[in-house]
Amino acid sequence: MILIPCPWCGPRNVSEFRYADEAKVRPDPNATTPERWRTYLYMRDNPAGWTTEKWFHRAGCRRYFTLERDTVSNAVRAAEASREV
Amino acid sequence: MRSATVQTRMPMRLGPQPGEVIDRHRPFTFTWNGERYPAFAGDTIISALAASGERVFSRSFKYHRPRGLLTASFLDPGCVVQVNDEPNVRGSHRRVEPGMIVSAQNAWPSLRFDAKSVNRFLGRFLPPGFYYKTFIKPQRLWPAYEKVLQRFAAGGRTFPDSPHGYYDKRYAHPDIVVAGGGPAGMAAAVAAAEAGARVILVEEEYELGGHLRWGSEDELGALRELRDEVARTPGIEVLTNSVVNGRYDGNWVAILQRNLPHVEERLIKARAKVLVVAPGLIERPYVFRGNDLPGVILSTAARRLINLFAVKPGERAVVLTANADGDAAVADLERAGVEVARVEDARRGGDIIGARGRNGVRMVECGDGSRVECDLLVTATGWTAPTSLLNMAGDRPVYNPTAARFFPSRPSDDVLATGGISGDGSLDELLAHARATGQEAARRALKVGSALRAGVPRRVDVEEPPDMPPIEIPELPVVEHPELFQGRTDGIVDFSEDISSKDIVAAAKEGYDSVELMKRYTTATMGPTQGKLETVNAVAILARATGKTIEETGTTVWRPPYAPITLGALAGRNFEPVRYSPMQPWHERHGANPMVAGAWIRPEHYGDPESEARNVRENVGLIDVTPLGKLDLRGPDVPKLLNLLYVNQWNTLEVGKVRYGVMCAEDGVVLDDGVTGRLGPEHYLMTTTTSGAATVWEWIESWLQTEHPDWQVHVTPVTDAYASINIAGPKSRELLLRVAGDVDLSPEAFPYMNVRTGTVAGVEGCFMWRIGFTGELSYEVHVPAAYGLYVWEKLMDRGADLGVKPFGIQAQRILRLEKGHLIVGQDTDGLTGAYSAGLSWAIKLYKEDFIGKPELSWQSECDNSFQLVGLQPHDGSVVPPEASQIVEGENEIAGRITSSCMSPTLGRSICLGFVAPHLAEPGTSVTVLLPNGERTTARVMEYLAHFDPKGERQRG
Repeated sequence: MILIPCPWCGPRNVSEFRYADEAKVRPDPNATTPERWRTYLYMRDNPAGWTTEKWFHRAGCRRYFTLERDTVSNAVRAAEASREV
Repeated sequence: MRSATVQTRMPMRLGPQPGEVIDRHRPFTFTWNGERYPAFAGDTIISALAASGERVFSRSFKYHRPRGLLTASFLDPGCVVQVNDEPNVRGSHRRVEPGMIVSAQNAWPSLRFDAKSVNRFLGRFLPPGFYYKTFIKPQRLWPAYEKVLQRFAAGGRTFPDSPHGYYDKRYAHPDIVVAGGGPAGMAAAVAAAEAGARVILVEEEYELGGHLRWGSEDELGALRELRDEVARTPGIEVLTNSVVNGRYDGNWVAILQRNLPHVEERLIKARAKVLVVAPGLIERPYVFRGNDLPGVILSTAARRLINLFAVKPGERAVVLTANADGDAAVADLERAGVEVARVEDARRGGDIIGARGRNGVRMVECGDGSRVECDLLVTATGWTAPTSLLNMAGDRPVYNPTAARFFPSRPSDDVLATGGISGDGSLDELLAHARATGQEAARRALKVGSALRAGVPRRVDVEEPPDMPPIEIPELPVVEHPELFQGRTDGIVDFSEDISSKDIVAAAKEGYDSVELMKRYTTATMGPTQGKLETVNAVAILARATGKTIEETGTTVWRPPYAPITLGALAGRNFEPVRYSPMQPWHERHGANPMVAGAWIRPEHYGDPESEARNVRENVGLIDVTPLGKLDLRGPDVPKLLNLLYVNQWNTLEVGKVRYGVMCAEDGVVLDDGVTGRLGPEHYLMTTTTSGAATVWEWIESWLQTEHPDWQVHVTPVTDAYASINIAGPKSRELLLRVAGDVDLSPEAFPYMNVRTGTVAGVEGCFMWRIGFTGELSYEVHVPAAYGLYVWEKLMDRGADLGVKPFGIQAQRILRLEKGHLIVGQDTDGLTGAYSAGLSWAIKLYKEDFIGKPELSWQSECDNSFQLVGLQPHDGSVVPPEASQIVEGENEIAGRITSSCMSPTLGRSICLGFVAPHLAEPGTSVTVLLPNGERTTARVMEYLAHFDPKGERQRG
């Protein structure tokens, strides 16, 4: 059970959180192409190494925040808190 | 006098021993295989039986050979027994209790005469892999094979009627968990606690001390001192008869606690900053002919029996010793009055060729070929390091030929090892290593603590303790030990699975020559001892058979759990919440049939759903819709939010109006629907589906927090804050008029799709929506939850002469299907786009942005997906079950029924369903394939609604 460093509550068990996808930018809905939009919807980088992810502290402060995680070692480190900080 | 009588009935019981754990003042009896046996408090089941001279405790798994005591510890493979209604009890660990009813497992009809022991002559028919080879073909005989296999399977009896035990869970946040309460574990715990750490010290046996407990006077003295230190050092929680069962990511440590009164087992989930592994060493059996006969025991078993339980292990012994512990066993045996007939010293070429006897050792053939009559053969041939917890932290143990055992190889930051697992040496050397390890663990725990706190926002800066230099941990010496695994003959390697050295050689010859393959093929190390006794021998024998070294062969991977754990402990207590509406007591009093809807319990019906539905069409009905998701939205930017979330238009909604909305995901699939109303200039109430309430709340927060953090909107879930009652039927206005206070209910003042705030039955702050899921004139009233039951009862009371009756989910589903209202999740699935669901009227592609807009705009250009339509079977008495396929030609799927029922209003069957676009034209006849294989036809209707398609009734 890894510890997730919530920027608001501190380190908590991962079971309190929901993984909320890779951190990525939503294309402009009025200027996108099917290829670009569906890449945003369905394609994931899935690297062996550090990734930037969105997590949701479901059983805590209920804030979304970004986090960096090494998919090989499960090491985690804080990224900047969600954009509204 | 009484005590003396009992004593004479325990012929193998010795006089008082300095380290004994039995209480001679508390004798009692228990039952073993139907006969009464004496015991002292503190005895294990097996030590008590051994004191009475019993030697056979089970039959082996495959060959049904008689098995006795081997290790006198938790692992003892031949001492697994049935206790009362509990199977697979470790008899050499479990303490015997007065009146306990104990019986042997895997023996039929009795332990002394086991019918299946003919197996031992059939050995060649049960080669390795016999499961895979023998019982495969022909397949039609499998039921017969299964019965045979079941009869041979080891294991006791379970009783389905046994009462549930009480199991528990606990979360712990210690600085340090020390796994193992021997001298090293105790010293490490004390050193860590003295350095300020909070420590949990876990010991598998009933008392701390490890091997010191069966040691010399000096060792007993050291033990007393260590126990005193543990007891007087603050900050150490001692858990005995408990075991560290696994180590997971982030030092999440599972501790199985068995020592609690009235609790069968408790699972402690401890987040340790540092884990110290100090499990000591496990003595390894020696492989030779007859090594599983009762009377062949390990040196530690002999010393435990004599020193802990005052039991004489035999009368005349041969000892094979390769180390100091074997020598100590010789001394213990002589002191206990056992005649030591022969000592074979493996360090000087001594060996054992084989043991003979029927139900126990009678004669031993020694290395020089001489034969010695005896009833006891004690072996001390080396040690296995239980590196499980280190493995779970990523360590790969490496074989050290000097010490003839595996050692940990990869040090880690948050898992440290000490004690015998790390090396040899005198007790003082071990204790020095353990103390240094404990101090270093405390230092690292402090650092981990600082790092964790650094991630917690704080109002004021707290000064963190300064970094300390690392504590130097002295190296432990490695003492030379002869490599002894298998003698000159073949014998049992895995005692629980009945795997012999021959089987491993055979497996290697068949090509299963890697350790992991051999393990799975032969099942060696896969039985109840899980490799703790047999792994190293199995690896050594495989290495020899394949011409490799033990280093090259390597060892199998140890995984959790370390010790057996009950499903009860894993499950713990049930804390799953159940949600009821405030009106639940009324429903229960009025015969509601409960239905599980997610976490909610809702009335499915009150006996007759069809008449409940008719009553809504004719008079007035009440339904409890409290579980409906409700979100209170406030702020100037709510219209922007609604425009983003819903596919339809929201910035034109006036105060006092409500609107039906559809939400899609970014892929254009329908996510949720519901009605949202504007209560004030910057105040909205959103309703969601019952099952979507939690998801939609997270969904909204996600968009607000990550995409539009600048929007001023505050979202509060108020599902539980309001009890919701839908009053439906032509007489609903009349009923509401009787209880409404300040709200003008006239159709002109309060038209369809409007919301009003006011007093209902004297309760202030209620919201009234004029909407109609049922298609009738209806009002949905949201009452502050505490008044829900009161308002419900008031409505029932005041509407008695109007014919008011409750209706349940089932009636509501009939009514909405008559009305053609879709249910998200029933009439749509994870692939249903909004156009496909017949919602094109709601989608406003001209809006600047909304979730799913690109996909929906592409769908609008070319949509060839199935269409949701109303369907009526031509034969109105046939109700095609939900999920019946609509087919074309040679059973080609051209749609499916999503909802269906017999309409009490129309007196015929009605459906909603998806059909291929070319069949969606009203009037088309489609073929419906029923689950029983028969076919029926149905007509595609002009509207989704089967009843009142123009919606005149609800607008009235």
